[in-house]
Amino acid sequence: MKNRRLTLRQKRAITGLLFITPWLIGFIVYYLRSFVLTTQFSLSYIKVMDTGGYTATFVGLDNYKYALLEHTTFNQVLTNSIRNVLIDVPFITFFSLFIALLLNAKFKGRGLVRAIFFLPILLGSGAVKESLELATEAIQGGATTMISDIAQTSGLNVDYFLDVLLDIGIPDRMVDYIISIIGRIYEVVRASGIQIIIFIAALQSVSPSLYEVSKIEGATPYETFWKVTFPMVSPLIITNVVYTIVDYFVNSDVVELAYNTAFGSTMEYGLSSAMSMLSTVSICTILAVIVALISRKAFYYN
Amino acid sequence: MKINAGNIIARLKSMNEDTVLLNKRSRVVHKSKALLFSVFKFIILLGISFIILGPVISIISKSFFSSSDVYNPSVFLFPIRPTTENYRLSFMRLDYWKTLTSTLIYVLIITLIQVVIASMAGYGFARFDFPLKKLLFGCVVLTIVLPSHTIMLPVYQHFRNFDILGIIKLITGKKLNLLSTEAPMIIMTLLGVGLRSGLYIYIFRQFFRGLPKEIEEAAFIDGAGMWYTYFRIMLVNAVPAVLTVSVFSLVWQYNDMFYVSLFSMPSNHNISFKLSTIQATIRFLDKINDPVVNQLYVYAGVILVVLPVLIIYLIMQKYFMEGVERSGIVG
Repeated sequence: MKNRRLTLRQKRAITGLLFITPWLIGFIVYYLRSFVLTTQFSLSYIKVMDTGGYTATFVGLDNYKYALLEHTTFNQVLTNSIRNVLIDVPFITFFSLFIALLLNAKFKGRGLVRAIFFLPILLGSGAVKESLELATEAIQGGATTMISDIAQTSGLNVDYFLDVLLDIGIPDRMVDYIISIIGRIYEVVRASGIQIIIFIAALQSVSPSLYEVSKIEGATPYETFWKVTFPMVSPLIITNVVYTIVDYFVNSDVVELAYNTAFGSTMEYGLSSAMSMLSTVSICTILAVIVALISRKAFYYN
Repeated sequence: MKINAGNIIARLKSMNEDTVLLNKRSRVVHKSKALLFSVFKFIILLGISFIILGPVISIISKSFFSSSDVYNPSVFLFPIRPTTENYRLSFMRLDYWKTLTSTLIYVLIITLIQVVIASMAGYGFARFDFPLKKLLFGCVVLTIVLPSHTIMLPVYQHFRNFDILGIIKLITGKKLNLLSTEAPMIIMTLLGVGLRSGLYIYIFRQFFRGLPKEIEEAAFIDGAGMWYTYFRIMLVNAVPAVLTVSVFSLVWQYNDMFYVSLFSMPSNHNISFKLSTIQATIRFLDKINDPVVNQLYVYAGVILVVLPVLIIYLIMQKYFMEGVERSGIVG
């Protein structure tokens, strides 16, 4: 007779699989299947019927061609989103690391400041966001008119300062970058909430003995930052960059365009799927390149 | 070289004085540096707090403006004729208590499911060895990275013509339309692919990996089964992670508009969604057509909608921060 009792290892394997079963079913039914279907949609012309069903006719790469070459706005929206991501990601990452360093130190009223900094996470939804943006615009508008008022009376000229920056040899591109970041400071601050949390958690997990050692060895705070803190949080930089890019694209105009194409008056499922696929492919390419670049520099304990 | 005792003593003395002086000086320099740094820090934090709070403050103040204040250029921040009329009308048009209650029930149910399912999957990935584990966990990461709009059309179609292996069609003769109900979201969350479920699975997995194995071994030797161990021992120890995930899930689900509009859930069951239509509602029902005045009602509505999450967040903030610091967001 065969011994049919399972070993402990097999038993544990089965229990482990049972634990992840709900997720596994969901993944197969909703992600895997949907991904295949979206690919199929994007290669066909979809006719939606009144009953809610649809028929698909294979048309090859026509949808992609149309989206890239003929659609009036898609091209522009996609490149704009990609450009904005590339501009903002480095800034958001360093900004949130900087703020996390400040918030990690002990000082009076830290709880309050932390609560304020995480407020943007709560205020992220559609209508709330819209009215916040409106209010922001009002404030910014006020600031701009104030600046122009001052400029008229005191002869202060912002352009002059920009010229100074250019004169001392800072490259054109750099100045443009600085200006565009300053213009978007509201959005950058608002997009950094989660990243700050992740960095604070990372800083908390750095072992205090490392700091002790560097202090005894006579390292300056500057050296301590670059030799201890920065390498220790570097793996989390990857996490943050990935999170930032994904979050950015989820809220970008590309998604809105794809959504409107599918559920607007025309109901062009095929085109919408092609748009989704194109943006997904571009996100994944960006992610892969950036992660590959950073992970070479990142420091891992083990 | 001749050694002269007196000479040496004199030199030592002068050296001593010098070091005392140097010490003093370095202390002063150090102190002023620290002071400068804290002033700098204070300015930066203040500035950024202003950036965040500025629009919020202006929304709060505008929500008390009366229609004459909006057009009065001398009114800044403090309304001359403050009114609560904006709140009264927004309150009524939002059908506040009723909408809020059903929203909160929906969000709480989703959060509960989210915590149970995500922690189960996280525990499975953290503690058990089974074939293809690495690949499957890679798929979890993929669900975090893959934007949800990639799958939106098939999912929409799936719930438009809902069926489980043809059973429903067999019984009722036609497929079920689950749109404009909460069912799609609940089903998706139950199967671990709800709003940002991948992230929660990741958090739980990292946290469970950080817990000592001895707890489980002790429980196992004492005769506890795997499920008992999970529910009564591991989950109890994972309170920080549970709190973190709960807060994230509560807030994001409350704010979510993507899935709500994709599944066209009824707007009187979802307060964020209802808020997005309030401007149109007030324009049609109350004949307030001036967009500037109309906006005041939206501001009041925003305050009303944000208030509940804000209260939950402030209550849980302390535990939440502790949870984030101790839980496994960090790898």
